[in-house]
Amino acid sequence: MGLLAGFDSLLPAYARGQLDNTNAFHTVRNGADIYDLTVARTPLKIGGRVSEQPITINGTLPAPLVRLKQGREAILRVTNTLPEATSIHWHGLILPFQMDGVPGVSFPGIMPGETFEYRFPVEQHGTYWYHSHTGLQEQLGHYGPIIIDPAEPESVAYDREYVVVLSDWTFDSPEDVFRKLKVAEGYYNYNQRTVGDFFKDVETMGWDAAWNKAGMWGKMRMSPRDILDVTGSEYTYLMNGSPSASNWTGLFRPGEKIRLRFINASAMTFFDVRIPGLPMTVISADGQPVQPVETDEFRIGVAETYDVIVQPTGTAHTVFAQSQDRSGYVRGTLATRKGMEAPVPPMYPRTERGMAAMGMGAMSMGAMGKDGDMNMDSGMDMGGKMEMMSGSNDKAHGQMMMNGADSGMNKMSSDKATMNEVPTAGRPISHGPDNHGPGAAMVASSPQSRLDDPGVGFETANHRVLTYSQLQSIEGWPDKRPAEREVELHLTGNMERYMWSFDGKKFSEVDGPVKFYHGERLRLILVNDSMMDHPIHLHGMWMELETGAGEYRPRKHTISVKPGERVSALITADAPGDWAFHCHLLYHMDAGMFRVVSVV
Amino acid sequence: MNIMMNRIKWVVGASALTLASGAGAAGTGVQAEPDWTLPIHDNQVFGQVLFDRMEYQRDGDNELALWDAQAWIGKDRNRLWVETEGETDLSSDSGDIENFDVQYSYRFDRFWDIQTGLGAQTTFGPSPNKERYSAIVGLQGLAPYWFEVDTNLRVTDDGDVSYDLEAEYDWLLTQRLILQGRGETLVAFSDVEEWGVGSGINNVGLGLRLRYHFSREFAPYVGVSYTRFLGNTEDLREREGEDVESSSFVAGVRWWF
Repeated sequence: MGLLAGFDSLLPAYARGQLDNTNAFHTVRNGADIYDLTVARTPLKIGGRVSEQPITINGTLPAPLVRLKQGREAILRVTNTLPEATSIHWHGLILPFQMDGVPGVSFPGIMPGETFEYRFPVEQHGTYWYHSHTGLQEQLGHYGPIIIDPAEPESVAYDREYVVVLSDWTFDSPEDVFRKLKVAEGYYNYNQRTVGDFFKDVETMGWDAAWNKAGMWGKMRMSPRDILDVTGSEYTYLMNGSPSASNWTGLFRPGEKIRLRFINASAMTFFDVRIPGLPMTVISADGQPVQPVETDEFRIGVAETYDVIVQPTGTAHTVFAQSQDRSGYVRGTLATRKGMEAPVPPMYPRTERGMAAMGMGAMSMGAMGKDGDMNMDSGMDMGGKMEMMSGSNDKAHGQMMMNGADSGMNKMSSDKATMNEVPTAGRPISHGPDNHGPGAAMVASSPQSRLDDPGVGFETANHRVLTYSQLQSIEGWPDKRPAEREVELHLTGNMERYMWSFDGKKFSEVDGPVKFYHGERLRLILVNDSMMDHPIHLHGMWMELETGAGEYRPRKHTISVKPGERVSALITADAPGDWAFHCHLLYHMDAGMFRVVSVV
Repeated sequence: MNIMMNRIKWVVGASALTLASGAGAAGTGVQAEPDWTLPIHDNQVFGQVLFDRMEYQRDGDNELALWDAQAWIGKDRNRLWVETEGETDLSSDSGDIENFDVQYSYRFDRFWDIQTGLGAQTTFGPSPNKERYSAIVGLQGLAPYWFEVDTNLRVTDDGDVSYDLEAEYDWLLTQRLILQGRGETLVAFSDVEEWGVGSGINNVGLGLRLRYHFSREFAPYVGVSYTRFLGNTEDLREREGEDVESSSFVAGVRWWF
């Protein structure tokens, strides 16, 4: 490590090539882990280009690793040297609400020149992260990883570990990015449908079907190509602060097992992550242990974390993270020595959303999950419904369902024994008398749970892609009560004006907070009435995602909800106080997709 | 008890905040103190200036310069709109400002704004000039199948009523090369000879413009434009010895900031 120190002093220790990047520099006193974190603006060189705008902590981007220990106290002293207020939110940590770090919700924020001491007992363990909750600071590098070591040793075996922080960087000011989204719909989308795409559809599906498909989307004034709002045309994607060219490298010795702690610290980017040629065993999601599941690729929503175990077979392997819309990627390398590279795969072809995104459920796999089985008739039935819309992707999807070749499907059938019905399946949906008003450009008429669908862009994948339905907790969770009450919120938006909200109402338009009653057990139902995926984050309390796994449901701090999807989660309202609840896409949050949950 | 006190403080504070900043504290929690900042700022004012068409037109020996611009400022649902359109004859230096409208615009539907305000119409150049004013009610928005529509009903200070409709449609040939089709028409409910307006459908205009986006903001274009006057208006123009039909080559630029 000493040999490599100084390689790039502007990156945090864990971002440098070394054997293990999870050492954190701090003091331990009286059973407390003490960190001093200084927030500052620091000019940095990113991908060879100097930017004045990074917001760093202790001089680095991403911020340094905070490593805590379950059962001890954390004392985190944050000093603000910016000329504006700042804050740090400890994402996914269970703590008193005054320590949660959301200005205007948990505290007033950290004023210029001020030092705020966060102090809380550490109850959990796993991989988490921290970031600013002030304005758009998070876009500028104000984020870093957290590892909490368990009080009792885990049963997971590995020789070495790395944190892998994925993020998106812009050389423009975030305020400017936000304005462009507000005044010019689709500003960053250079993958819109063209006349040529229409004629390609005509070729593959015939004139009538192509015309009907274009008509269907046109009538709704929706684009099947709206996948990410801010794309690779604007962003430089980073892995541990390094763009692809700088090639972040994690070293290993042959034969070792490596634990990779992936954290998506992006402002706006869902990543699809794989290590070509190496299977990954997922052992935890959002910091919480899950029954090990082997996969070839996973989609990580903004703010989510996954821990995986890999065992390299060669001397160099590419860690490849492409943006969900395939407009860009970042790669790093696992290698036996510094400077090695492995082939970088091409990105997948660009894709577009199918009918399920409209919330019509016609080609939803969740519709089948209802029966818990693959039924040839229902498959045919759906094929029939899809006739008009059988575009290239839809068709592929249809075929996949028909012959059941997809691993997800096999998995589903084989797990049938443990699968319970998703409680909201088959329920009628209500959107209120005005369908959420102008704040919602569409509503899902028949939203389905699609937790066994890896999402847009994987319709034709012939390898294993992780789905939420594969995540199962190890022992279940302490609160075994059924839900006493249900709270339903709809995720709504209007791309044309870049309005984002819950139930069609922005934060500034609602009448008070969402109330949870202290001690109650409730079911939170989320219905996505928009065309985008939304990573929905609840502060302060776990959401036990109802995947159909019964008591082995996984629990999460952030749930990515696909377009036209309905999901539900059980929550124990055991944390009195006020908590932020929002879409973790930074500009969606700032546009109004934010609520306060008051536990009273 | 503590929570209760806080809530009382919050209610009082929220009212004060609403008065002081207009920001409102609508969604804040029960524990929030009145002097805290809001967690997000979703009610910001934005604005944009768009020159949809800034162009040169040539029809035989006639050369015209034409503008069609709009600007707005406001929040998501309430905006102030200024729109202007006009042309000048490059040989005679005379022309007219067909409209200069200042309107309040309210988004009442997912895709539609209702607009209302005042408009001015003037001529300029060597010959005696005239002007008239009108009250406007209009609709602007995005119709199904991606048609951008702007339509207005006008009542002039002389009580003359007219209705105009404009629609635009973009065909993306590539991500940066876009063919825009444009149609417009005007219907008058009375003859206004002074302004060359006959009752009934006055004219139909069609245009095709091919633009290339060097950036989202800046796109030069070339195209063709065709206008045909109809009915009473056609008769009126024939009597005045004016063209009742024109086909032009156009070149210009679309840009915004």
